[in-house]
Amino acid sequence: MSGETGLAPAIAPTDTGCADAPVLRERGQRAVFCGLTGIVWLHRKMQDAFFLVVGSRTCAHLLQSAAGVMIFAEPRFATAIIEERDLAGMADCHDELDRIVAQLLARRPEIRTLFLVGSCPSEVIKLDLGKAAQRLDRTLGTHSGAAMGTRVLHYSGSGIETTFTEGEDACLAALVPHMPAASAGTAPALLVVGTLPDVVEDQFRRLFTELGIDQVGWLPARQLADLPAVGAHTRFLLAQPFLGETVRALQNRGARHLPALFPFGAEGTTEWLRAAADAFGLCPMQFNRVVAPGRERAKRAIAHSQDRLRGKRITFLPDSQLEVPLARFLSTELGMVPVEVGTPYLHRELMARELPLLPSATRISEGQHLDRQLDRVRADRPDLTVCGLGLANPLEAEGLSTKWAIELVFSPIHGFDQAGDLADLFARPLRRRDVLRV
Amino acid sequence: MQLAVWTYEGPPHVGAMRVATAMDGVHYVLHAPQGDTYADLLFTMIERRDRRPPVTYTTFQARDLGKDTAALLQDAIREAAVRFAPQALLVGASCTAELIQDDPAGLAEALDLPCPVIPLELPSYQRKENWGAAETFYRMVRQLADPAVRPAPRDGCRPLANLLGPCALGFRHRDDVVEVVKLLDSMGIGVNCVAPLGASPTDLRTLGRADFNVVLYPEIGMEAARWLGRTFGQPMIDVVPIGMGATRDFVQAVAALTGIDPAPALANPTARLPWWSRSVDSTYLTGKRVFIFGDATHAIAAARIARDELGFTVCGLGCYNREFAREMRAAAADHGLDPLITDDHLAVEAAIHAAAPELVLGTQMERHIAKRMGLPCAVISAPVHVQDFPARHSPQMGFEGANVIFDTWVHPLVMGLEEHLLAMFRDDFEFSDAAGPSHLHAQPAPAQAAMAPAPAIVSQADIPWTSDAERELRKVPFFVRGKARTNTERYASLEGRVQIDIATLYDAKAHYAR
Repeated sequence: MSGETGLAPAIAPTDTGCADAPVLRERGQRAVFCGLTGIVWLHRKMQDAFFLVVGSRTCAHLLQSAAGVMIFAEPRFATAIIEERDLAGMADCHDELDRIVAQLLARRPEIRTLFLVGSCPSEVIKLDLGKAAQRLDRTLGTHSGAAMGTRVLHYSGSGIETTFTEGEDACLAALVPHMPAASAGTAPALLVVGTLPDVVEDQFRRLFTELGIDQVGWLPARQLADLPAVGAHTRFLLAQPFLGETVRALQNRGARHLPALFPFGAEGTTEWLRAAADAFGLCPMQFNRVVAPGRERAKRAIAHSQDRLRGKRITFLPDSQLEVPLARFLSTELGMVPVEVGTPYLHRELMARELPLLPSATRISEGQHLDRQLDRVRADRPDLTVCGLGLANPLEAEGLSTKWAIELVFSPIHGFDQAGDLADLFARPLRRRDVLRV
Repeated sequence: MQLAVWTYEGPPHVGAMRVATAMDGVHYVLHAPQGDTYADLLFTMIERRDRRPPVTYTTFQARDLGKDTAALLQDAIREAAVRFAPQALLVGASCTAELIQDDPAGLAEALDLPCPVIPLELPSYQRKENWGAAETFYRMVRQLADPAVRPAPRDGCRPLANLLGPCALGFRHRDDVVEVVKLLDSMGIGVNCVAPLGASPTDLRTLGRADFNVVLYPEIGMEAARWLGRTFGQPMIDVVPIGMGATRDFVQAVAALTGIDPAPALANPTARLPWWSRSVDSTYLTGKRVFIFGDATHAIAAARIARDELGFTVCGLGCYNREFAREMRAAAADHGLDPLITDDHLAVEAAIHAAAPELVLGTQMERHIAKRMGLPCAVISAPVHVQDFPARHSPQMGFEGANVIFDTWVHPLVMGLEEHLLAMFRDDFEFSDAAGPSHLHAQPAPAQAAMAPAPAIVSQADIPWTSDAERELRKVPFFVRGKARTNTERYASLEGRVQIDIATLYDAKAHYAR
């Protein structure tokens, strides 16, 4: 009985959901990370890259606090801390940066790509990291004559310009100009854009192979030395919803975006894969045959959490821009009721497939005025509030169950075989609340 | 610029947050860009606080720069004053806001708020977290303490003390305060005010009522205590009662100041460290080489305990806060050591490697370093980790603090001894290396890999070992094996031996015998 019923688009909204819903726009205090935080997962993914933040002691402190508080292995990121003498003009910042980079590469000669990452202080003092990266790339890059050069790139992860996951967007957008050009006349190739845990990337790679899509590139690549090619024949899927700048950069190189739901849950993942299958002209029969087992597994796994989550009310505070797709997944596949879905930025174009699937009663908010938003949470009293680490314990102490938003960024949650884990991330706080007798 | 992979201290405004969060009735408006709110999680996650730190961030963005960041700050101050109705308001800038020079002090003053406003100037590009906490506390005390309040005549009443320095995110501050209050109480001394931890601005007004000040954490409380000394003529007790000897010194100093007989307090029957240390089971602690690193106050106290109360040999001593370099140099000289004063954890790692200690006492960073080197370790100092906020009472100060320290430091070594016994019985089938620890039901667990001594101390010499000598070296307990290897290789190299055989191993042992 699974057969064709299981594979028809199961989500058929009766109305337009939140497609044209009004958006509550607020500004004020934001309880979100800045774009530097993306380094915590980006440096794990790109194994030959190093991230050098040019910033303050605060930047260094943020990174070590966000990276699980303490660092076991020597990480592939560091901070060049700007000091009084740099600001007072007693030292030339560019000379200082050259010195630091030399020191760093002497310690880590295996680094093939070095990102100079701009921060709030470096932006405010107008330290031109683009110029610095160009200069350093001339002396260190592959064309410098060195046998194994180190490419030097730059992007900004500053809090005055980027919110949390926008740091990844800025990083990937900086990589796009360095992707090799696909030669004209080549067959269409698929590009998957957005950092995925290796295990998830491997799962998707297997699925694409079974679907007969052999030419699949990944941005970011595990080894930045082998960036995938891009060109007019490139069709790309977004694995993450926060990549607006990267989309623009890829489109500028002729690549075409495949609009789809984001690959969360059985339905989201099916739709996402279908967008690729359609673009590559696959026959529906083969698509169904390949996708059905994973899709059924996902549904079985999700079912474990359904009883606990169905009908439960959930609020998302703005964090990673994953809020809308996750609320859609929880609403359509688990029967949860989104109360407020807050997101730092609402990228309507990228959310075009998601928004209509949210119940039209959902309050969509963009930006943040923290105290007012918390007032709304207290008035709404949702069963679960998805929020940052700074807010979770205080809300729990007020009797509101919470889910740490950051876990949704650090855990594998994409695809069929993580759908159950994703549902369980939301079910666990409620289960815990129910089992405790203290 | 300074290359930093990891830092011992945050920026100074985090120090200010620690003071504000420790207190009641205070609110801190921080002119800061988006992202600086990360610091909230230090308090709500590491310390498990059930309330948000009382901090409002202005969250300015690039598009605000050059336009209206000042208005943004004034709005935030006004809103916070209404919403939180604090008894006192702190206003300051984080590192980025410092660069845009909006003058938080002047802007706040112009608002004519109903509560005292304390402007903070914390130079982010010169100073760090502890300094920021000390400066913030000092500014608050200076502005809020009522100069008219003086100690009441004694008339047979108990003398009163202020306890200065305990703070949010402090290493065991919560429990130290309990111990010191108890200790003073056992001497018949009352506490006028503990600050900043748990104090309100109203409490700070009456600091002058105390007869003297106790500085528990000089890193945070010393500036304020000096000012109180100058302004109110309050004497200061700056003996930090960590360890038996220091606790006794503390009692003596307080007794001398107040004219109270110290004998009853000194005869505390729950002070177990001296006998625990003298009992024969502790003989094996003698001369253990210990490397100590942390904030100056805790590191210096630890060195004294290690040498005088546990019979260890201190083989390395240092701190990350330069403000206390003078005190650290004096303490290191007392132990015949060159102090390591640095905030570069890679330099600390190198120093630990070179010192080849048998126990490391440090911060969470040294715990990781020790783990990588396969060395036992105990944590003695901030920066803190969620593990440093145990549910149970676990002070460092006073007699109970000394008990806790004995257990905490000796426990990892007892584990080492058990490992040694396991190694002695290596050839017994039940105790073989492959059998795994007995408490794991003799399953050849993969945990074995984690238990094995880390390859941190690998052979670096060119002189080859004979297989007999290698086998003999395996008989040395794992926690000193690395040192035995380096010593032997150093000796062989000094002696110009061409290979290392069993005789070389024992020659070296005799040469380096202590």
